Amino acid sequence: MAAVEILKTVGLTKTYAGLKANTDVNFVLPRGKVTALIGPNGAGKSTFVGMLSGRTPATSGDVFFEGRNINALPAHKRIQLGIAYTFQITSVFAGLSVHENVAVAARRIAGGDQSALNARVGEALARVGLSERADQIAGDLSYGHQRVLEIAMGLVQAPKIFILDEPTQGLSDSEVEDFIALIGSLAGETTVLLIEHNMSVVMRTADFITVLNNGSVLARGTPEQVRADRHVQAAYLGTPDA
Amino acid sequence: MTGKSRAPNLMVFGVLLCLGLLFLVLPAYHAGNLARIMVLAVYAMGYNLLFGYTGLLSLGHAMFFAAGMYGLGLSMTGWGLSPVPAFAVGVGAATLASAIIGFLALRTRGVAFMIVTLMFAQAGYLVILYFGAYTRGDEGFVIQQADRMIAGIDLSGDAARYFTAFILFAVCFLGLAWLVRAPFGRTLIAIRENEERAQMLGYDTTMYKLRAMIVSGAISGAAGAGYALLFGYVGATFATVQYSIFPLLWVLLGGAGTLIGPLVGVFFMFYLIDISSAVTSAYMLIAGLALVLLTLFAPQGFAGELRKRVFAWLP
Repeated sequence: MAAVEILKTVGLTKTYAGLKANTDVNFVLPRGKVTALIGPNGAGKSTFVGMLSGRTPATSGDVFFEGRNINALPAHKRIQLGIAYTFQITSVFAGLSVHENVAVAARRIAGGDQSALNARVGEALARVGLSERADQIAGDLSYGHQRVLEIAMGLVQAPKIFILDEPTQGLSDSEVEDFIALIGSLAGETTVLLIEHNMSVVMRTADFITVLNNGSVLARGTPEQVRADRHVQAAYLGTPDA
Repeated sequence: MTGKSRAPNLMVFGVLLCLGLLFLVLPAYHAGNLARIMVLAVYAMGYNLLFGYTGLLSLGHAMFFAAGMYGLGLSMTGWGLSPVPAFAVGVGAATLASAIIGFLALRTRGVAFMIVTLMFAQAGYLVILYFGAYTRGDEGFVIQQADRMIAGIDLSGDAARYFTAFILFAVCFLGLAWLVRAPFGRTLIAIRENEERAQMLGYDTTMYKLRAMIVSGAISGAAGAGYALLFGYVGATFATVQYSIFPLLWVLLGGAGTLIGPLVGVFFMFYLIDISSAVTSAYMLIAGLALVLLTLFAPQGFAGELRKRVFAWLP
């Protein structure tokens, strides 16, 4: 991996009452690329990105963002650095309008300038295809639309790193296609870290893949390398000769 | 959007215009009631910022109301301050108290926050009793009519009292109308709706909640100071838990998280007790029944139901 790293972890470990969710994870996120994090259920993927975003405190180990150790920063400070995070379990402001949901996300950056804010929100909603639903209450949206709204809330922050925790879960086939196109449109400008179960999405979007198993890194590389890795085939994809 | 965004402003100025004009048509008894209602509505509005907009249920706001009241009362009787600087002392005392208690209590959330605020307010009440030599404890003290003058105007007069209450109300009402639609207020609403999400959008939610607590406490203190100034009495009753529950009730009745709700809630509750106590000595039974019915059929309060059913733009 020759690409310049934007984020790196060294020996990142999380222990829940003696149970190890993540053990010594050394991970590198190349700038401007799409990196997918895959692994079976319970492999520790969500715990790991939780420790990156500051949502979950790490037991030990270090997180470096653009070369700087951010261990001591609380979640909101990390987000302010440019790390956007979408929740695995949909977490929008259910009582507020779609527009206001995205506006809350944008306001921290856009400040008090109402017209600039509206333009920014409008653009993000257009990118995910929610423009016509801007005035609806977010809680009334279908599950798929709420997932897409989560993505818009991340996009509008124009993050340096965009962490997406199972974004296509519950989306229809056509929505998944739109999502793949959206990720493609971010290429180069935004670094994407994608947790994903849908292998076709992973294979079509990711530049690099890291495989977690039992809380540790099992393999990493390009999609072709990972696909060819015998350990991965045995542990995750499943092969007859495994 | 532009047509809709004008409606809230029209509502705000319409309400103020009505309150201003009502003095001219109301009989003295009801004008006096309305003056009291407006001051108590200021208290309810301060409470509403924290409870209705930020989603923090405090059971200790009587302490801030009383801090404003005693801040004004003691500085007038003890230091001989005139009403305007004494009012500033009252608001300052409430601001300080809310900053300290917010700093400590915001480490907790939910039920624990209720208990901690309640506990501090009870401690505040006991402090007032403990220093009975100065505060006159339960019995309280009167601020002499001769001292309640601003620029030669006797605030105990009907018109002066009404319009002083009106100005206090208008300033807080306009300030909050602006605040809840400004980025700060919008962020508070987001925190109420989903604090964790707001945090993961890069907001320091603890700091926002502390600021909301301080503004809420300052407004409650302004109400307490205004009450003492206009009605001339300072007493420990206003620091009891009952006066922490009142604003919660008013706001729930009128509509939590609505601008007009606190005024509606105080008005309704005031006249509910006023009218029912004229009918029977068991007036709390009637009041209680009305409250139960309202909770059953309008759980979001008057203004909350209106917003849900008719006017979605209600701020």
